[in-house]
Amino acid sequence: MTLARRIIPCLDVDAGRVVKGVEFTGLRDMGDPEELAARYNSEGADELILLDITASRDGRATFLETVSRVAQQLNIPFTAGGGIRHLEDGNSVLRAGADKVTVNTAAVARPELISELAAQFGSQAVVLSMDVKKTHAGWEVFVRGGAEASGRDAAAWAREGIARGAGEILLTSIDRDGTCSGFDCGLTAAIAAQVSVPVIASGGAKTFGDFLAVFGEGQADAALAASIFHTAEHSIEALKQYLAGRGVPVRLSR
Amino acid sequence: MKISIIDYGAGNLPSVERALRTLGAETECVTIPERIASASALVLPGVGHFSAFVTGLRERNLTVALRDAIAGGIPILGICVGLQAMFAFSAEAPGEKGLDLIHENVEALPANVKSPHIGWNQLRRLRESVLLREIPEDAYFYFAHSYAAAAGEPHTTAACDHGFAFAAVVEKDNLMAVQFHPEKSGEVGSRVLRNFLEWAQ
Repeated sequence: MTLARRIIPCLDVDAGRVVKGVEFTGLRDMGDPEELAARYNSEGADELILLDITASRDGRATFLETVSRVAQQLNIPFTAGGGIRHLEDGNSVLRAGADKVTVNTAAVARPELISELAAQFGSQAVVLSMDVKKTHAGWEVFVRGGAEASGRDAAAWAREGIARGAGEILLTSIDRDGTCSGFDCGLTAAIAAQVSVPVIASGGAKTFGDFLAVFGEGQADAALAASIFHTAEHSIEALKQYLAGRGVPVRLSR
Repeated sequence: MKISIIDYGAGNLPSVERALRTLGAETECVTIPERIASASALVLPGVGHFSAFVTGLRERNLTVALRDAIAGGIPILGICVGLQAMFAFSAEAPGEKGLDLIHENVEALPANVKSPHIGWNQLRRLRESVLLREIPEDAYFYFAHSYAAAAGEPHTTAACDHGFAFAAVVEKDNLMAVQFHPEKSGEVGSRVLRNFLEWAQ
């Protein structure tokens, strides 16, 4: 009896469409969010994450509409975020049908946002998303979609976020994101060892072996990927069979 | 059959509603004590803080109605904090009283494991269970919680291990409750809800 390692497909959405970003710049249309969500739900995804990557205020209604439509397709946990700045933004996303909300840039600017969301909805509903890049100072948190250095150390920020009530850490390696060169296991293990909550590794997934590595040396509790699932390059079912065959506890459907 | 889902003001009801409707049940959200008393079956979904939960019930005058309904034999399914609320006290809110239908306490998960316990985990069957009928022994269920009740009390039909053995499924006459989220647990979760509906009929 073991807690399964989770495989989490991520949908980055812009104006109601799933898009793929390459190293935080440049976008390509990858399909319809509802269709992809339904596919992942039936393929054995353990959870789904939906991120509003435009996060412009005028796109807000469209995003909430997408959250609501995607939620109808799922009988697995559902996390949504992107551009969450106030308690009310989190409330809207959860009311639209998400189970958890992710915060990123606005939480760095105003860490109380995490405390407010956790007090209202519980820690299990608050995911602290952090985009991290290796700099001369070590692992540093970047904000605004990876464009701006925050001056915060990744591990210290993770610990502060948890102390304020974050229930999970979504850890994205900016260096690896969209590069298909594998998860940053060093970064993931460094953070996972220092925090008391589950860590979701993100950025760089390409091969089944990348997932095996991030659950092994990376000590991740969950691994997130987008493009490799969207293009149907890999099915989630096949990935899980591969991991199960190598001793990683995963939830196999039926 | 019609299922009355108790709305105490802070839960995420749509996914529970949708899961029950998919199985052919009619659902209504109830916010007043009279509707609890006249319900044919109840679901008590719960997320968030124990204190917000019991306060939400109390402020809507639902606490007494709920206790009476359960004492009167109306089938009820508690989910997550809805399970915890059936117990006497929770370490999450020491000043608040639970429904005390099971005279044990809810404790924090120990510090040697990751908390919240978030993700898919398996169960250990302890007794004959209505809710787990026809579900494979190795099935996974989705959990998201930081507190739990020890599995020692006699109405726990299945336990889960995370730091300690805790009550994952509780069945005491017409009172049923699960610590996991059946509405988020894929096909097996749907089967738990179906087992409840069939049994409540």
